[in-house]
Amino acid sequence: MKSSAVPEDPQKAVKKVKVRSRPWAASLILIGGVIALVLAMAAAVAIGAKDIALQDVWNAIFHFNPEMTEHQIIRELRLPRVIGAAIVGASFAVAGAIMQGMTRNPLADTGLLGLNAGASFALALCFAFAPGLSFLGLMLYAFLGAGAGVGIVYGIGSRSKGGLTPIRLVLAGAAVSALFTALSEGVALYFKIGQDLAFWYAGGVAGTQWIQIEIILPAVVIALLASFGLSRSITLLSLGDDIATGLGQRTGLIRLFGVLIVLVLAGTAVSIVGSVGFVGLIIPHLTRKLVGVDYRWIIPCSAVLGSLLIVFADLAARMINPPQETPIGALVALIGVPFFLYLAVKERRSL
Amino acid sequence: MGSMIHQAERRKRSRGLLVMGIFIVLIIMAFILSMNIGFIRLSPLEVIRTLFGGGTSQQHLILFEFRLPRIVISILIGAGLAVSGCVLQGLSRNALADPGILGVNAGAGLMVMLYVSFYSSNAAGSVFLLPVLALIGAGLTAVLIYILSYKKGEGLVPTRMLLVGIGVAAGISAAMIVLTLRLNPDEYQFVASWLAGRIWGTSWKFVVALLPWLIIFLPFIFYKAKVMNVLNMGDQTATGLGTAIERERLLLLAAAVGLAGSCVAVSGGIGFVGLIGPHLARRLVGPKHQILLPVSALAGALLVLVADTLGRWILQPTDIPTGVVVAVIGAPYFLFLLAKAKV
Repeated sequence: MKSSAVPEDPQKAVKKVKVRSRPWAASLILIGGVIALVLAMAAAVAIGAKDIALQDVWNAIFHFNPEMTEHQIIRELRLPRVIGAAIVGASFAVAGAIMQGMTRNPLADTGLLGLNAGASFALALCFAFAPGLSFLGLMLYAFLGAGAGVGIVYGIGSRSKGGLTPIRLVLAGAAVSALFTALSEGVALYFKIGQDLAFWYAGGVAGTQWIQIEIILPAVVIALLASFGLSRSITLLSLGDDIATGLGQRTGLIRLFGVLIVLVLAGTAVSIVGSVGFVGLIIPHLTRKLVGVDYRWIIPCSAVLGSLLIVFADLAARMINPPQETPIGALVALIGVPFFLYLAVKERRSL
Repeated sequence: MGSMIHQAERRKRSRGLLVMGIFIVLIIMAFILSMNIGFIRLSPLEVIRTLFGGGTSQQHLILFEFRLPRIVISILIGAGLAVSGCVLQGLSRNALADPGILGVNAGAGLMVMLYVSFYSSNAAGSVFLLPVLALIGAGLTAVLIYILSYKKGEGLVPTRMLLVGIGVAAGISAAMIVLTLRLNPDEYQFVASWLAGRIWGTSWKFVVALLPWLIIFLPFIFYKAKVMNVLNMGDQTATGLGTAIERERLLLLAAAVGLAGSCVAVSGGIGFVGLIGPHLARRLVGPKHQILLPVSALAGALLVLVADTLGRWILQPTDIPTGVVVAVIGAPYFLFLLAKAKV
């Protein structure tokens, strides 16, 4: 709550943002990132239990031959998986960026703040009470679950005396996650669906199917476009409510849209990959370091870098201990936890 | 005036004794209830008759070999975790400290899991080895958290300690997920239900394994109750009163961590007990540790005993892990506290 205490001239603040953002670095990241992403995805498709030549990858995509096993593997197993990983990465990263920007909270992340646990609990309920539910239905319930998680966390945070401090949000998130996880375990035990659920908890894109991609892709694309559209307003919100209001922003409306976008992104991502935390924490921080504080650059760059991270994490998950798969969530946490600790110890002032 | 203070003191003490009495009665009631709930129901009368030597041999077996050890262990674990939480809250002067939230339980869990993944959980002697290993794990985690959250010139900042604890716990659980891949299905089943906080040590030998640690740590902490009162007044006052702050703090911290570690070795991942027990106690008897510590222990024991009984009863014949029941009760309470606390 720095700037709300120190009244600043709005115009000057906006100028400062312009100065501190680095469009050339951002453009470089966007172009280089997309190229790297395409290469990484191609490599991820080629590498696996059965190594396939890049030539075959190319052919499988553009000259598909149903007679060849390699082409079958690529089309039916590897391609949806890699595309799913890219979508999930972009979703988590952008959701984290929006949350950090809107709440001016350096520790905001969908995993830490209970969204992922809420969505997982909703999925547990779906498996228990409506086993035959379509993937679209699952996804919608995941939105609801994520909404319940974030609603409780922010409700607790904002109703309490000191207001929404980062530490309070993180603690509330930890407690809400513990609650939802415990409830999911109870449901899993009673309905004997532990096996199905373990799949979601561990976090993995292994079983992704085309039908799922077809359903989530439009939702994620719309949410991402909406977030690009909202990015200017989020930049202003990240300067503080006073400045944003002073510049004629309708903060309440922006927050509402922001939360909706976050719910759609987190809900879809969890319904594909399960509960993977820390992506939304690491990537936006990294991006902010690289491109400055303008969310018009942060959000698209986060999307690209987030995709890269998960595509690589998925590749690593397959490579470490073949033929078994290491859970992606654990791999990302291995990078994410030191980073979180670094933030918790270092950024004392903004906490 | 002196006599007035005396009178107030005496009234407080008798209130403390009353609260303790009520808790003991509640624990006995829960005890009897817990005795007759389960797969095979025994009526309270049968329970009492069997306890005093009557009853059929089958009733004898159920009561003495299955239910009684589990109940005793629930009580011991509850008391241990609650006292551990009480000490941690006092030392960090933070109402939200709890061995589960600080990651101490997770550290103990990791050690247990490492052991299980390399050796079998059934190996001879492992029952007595596990508490020691869990103790080491808890201790290492505590040292890590201490180092990370200590800053020169500022000492231990409670909020940073909580954040670091959450981070460390997340890291440890990620490491555990990776480790589960090494396990065969049987071991995996053991570890999974251990993590969910299913009280797995349900025979007398676990009581024997756990009891020595409680006998070491609990009296030590009770003995230091006055020191904790002084520490609570703030560093300057404590130094002024002639307390070696750093030394006392480290000793108490070590005792609290040891207590949590040895309990977790038998109980698995049960969180929130160290939070709820002391809070309830503080509301009832105030902040004086001479009374607060024993009442916390009783409250914690009651909580775990009730949670374990509920877990056995709600979805019969499925056994819900105690940790799940405690979390369902504890998490909302934690959120309620969080909404009121000034963090």
